[in-house]
Amino acid sequence: MSDQQQADLRKDEVEAGTTTGLASPSVDPASDRQNSLWSDAWKQLRRNVLFWIGAVLGLLFLLMALFPGVFSRGVDPRDCSLSRSGQAPSSEHWFGFDQQGCDYLANVVHGARNSLIIGLLAVVVILLMGVVVGALSGFFGGWIDSLLSRVADIFYALPLILGALVVLRSGFLGRGVVAVAIALAAFGWMTAMRLVRSQVIAVKSSDYVAAARAMGASNGRILVRHILPNAVAPVLVYATITIGVLIAAEATLTFLGVGLQRPAISWGLQIDAGQRLLRIAPHLVLFPSLILTMTVMAFVMMGDALRDALDPRQRS
Amino acid sequence: MGRYVARRLLLTIPVLLGASFLIFAMVYALPGDPIRALGGDRPLAPAVVAQLRQEFNLNDPLGIQYLKYLGDLAQGDLGTDFRGRPVLDTIAQRLPVTIKLTVVAILIEAIIGIVAGVLAGIRRNSFFDNVVLVSTTLVVSIPILVLAFIAQFVFGLKLGLFPISGVQEGWYSFLLPGLVLASGSLAYVARLTRTSVAENMRADYVRTARAKGLPNRTVVVRHTLRNSLIPVVTFVGADIGTLLGGAIVTESVFNLPGIGRAIFDAVRAQEGAVVVGIVTLMVFFFIFFNLVVDVLYAVLDPRIRYE
Repeated sequence: MSDQQQADLRKDEVEAGTTTGLASPSVDPASDRQNSLWSDAWKQLRRNVLFWIGAVLGLLFLLMALFPGVFSRGVDPRDCSLSRSGQAPSSEHWFGFDQQGCDYLANVVHGARNSLIIGLLAVVVILLMGVVVGALSGFFGGWIDSLLSRVADIFYALPLILGALVVLRSGFLGRGVVAVAIALAAFGWMTAMRLVRSQVIAVKSSDYVAAARAMGASNGRILVRHILPNAVAPVLVYATITIGVLIAAEATLTFLGVGLQRPAISWGLQIDAGQRLLRIAPHLVLFPSLILTMTVMAFVMMGDALRDALDPRQRS
Repeated sequence: MGRYVARRLLLTIPVLLGASFLIFAMVYALPGDPIRALGGDRPLAPAVVAQLRQEFNLNDPLGIQYLKYLGDLAQGDLGTDFRGRPVLDTIAQRLPVTIKLTVVAILIEAIIGIVAGVLAGIRRNSFFDNVVLVSTTLVVSIPILVLAFIAQFVFGLKLGLFPISGVQEGWYSFLLPGLVLASGSLAYVARLTRTSVAENMRADYVRTARAKGLPNRTVVVRHTLRNSLIPVVTFVGADIGTLLGGAIVTESVFNLPGIGRAIFDAVRAQEGAVVVGIVTLMVFFFIFFNLVVDVLYAVLDPRIRYE
């Protein structure tokens, strides 16, 4: 058999997913299939209008967090004058002024950074905890699974806002951006853990895992190289949507008085200050609420689109 | 089935203990001295402080305090707040408000959510289907906090249709907060129903029913809906447990004296006994309704069997 013939055969085998031993070991069918899952998903995503709306909004808020000066048209959010207190929006100052007479557009724009940092930081911690705990639980089973699942049950029974409220009130994390993110992650990791766990259990019994084991791969290698890459899709969808949920939760905690504190700039603080003037200056609640909602929506839309793209049942 | 329920009930014990201890430990770690705060501007006499600390076991280490609390709990005593008011009284006074709010919210989410979901599901990709999809995305994205203020401003202040604060007008005052509280779940119910109905419309038994020549109405109501609503019913059931936990934000914004408001006030005042008592109760509700739903699932769907 010539080299050319052998190469053709190998290619056929890989494409058909069969194994006669001719295909060289360097071809990893697992990673091949994974690539095609993600490239299929990307093809789907590209055609989804909602995804693009979400992505553009998300990018807009990312830029707003990175370069707030550009969006506030160079106005300093702390340049305040009581003579302009509570003035309504005008063509000069699109969002009007707050009670202290600070330009409201600049303030709302500068709020994006804290929200986005907290949302992203918390979701990274949630993903780390979810993947590590879920993978251990699903892969090893037995008493490890029982123990970790019960711990997750305990946290699951406590609502996110309540748990974070008590942690932040107790103050041992402090009151900054990191503290709020950690508090949110501490009571928000359980769903990610359950998703990873069930996915790992489902993938664990696949033939290619058995094959890897037969070839003498260690537990760690099987878990990291073979199981996790095929188990992360659902948790990534969940994480995308959760960024939005966490940003909303941060605003809520701050509104309740246990999140970020003045002089930090945060949408939650703005809504809290504005709600007392709801009757005379409704724009003070309206603008931060609007931007907050649009930020949350950006992540919800991207997550929804990603789920549709990754779910083969949706394809026609 | 009996064995399954018994095992699930046994499993609730570590979760209840764990959750209450978690909260207990965090409240224990709260900064400041609640007894000193009790005195306000005029400091209490040292003897009084010492006696109060003794009475509330504040001098014991965390573990001992928690065990003493559990001992009292086993005798049906949830303790008192620092002003001597039994926690059970607080719960008895606050719970009816939260129950009313939950009933209103559940009715709204179930009725509107299921109707919208069914209409969207039986005609997939129709105009109405797209309206449901877009509006649920929108509703899911609006934080409850924001929605509460929008509702207060538009329906309360501008249109004057609903009371926006307090519970003076009976059930009527629960409508607006109920709608706000239900919104997220409502959107989820609508989507769940839509997916479920759309999937079942393609099922073999639905095709068979059509082939027998049954009218469309019968096929949808008797064949499709019955099966499609199983996941929806279980979600709504579990949601009862979640909502009974008290909606801190909704109750705060609409000034409803319910469980959620009570727990928020108690956390601020470092009323450990109140916080732990209410949290234990809400965790119990949460677990109980989840168990009910799991059992209900087997009753509704004969394909599910627990051993």
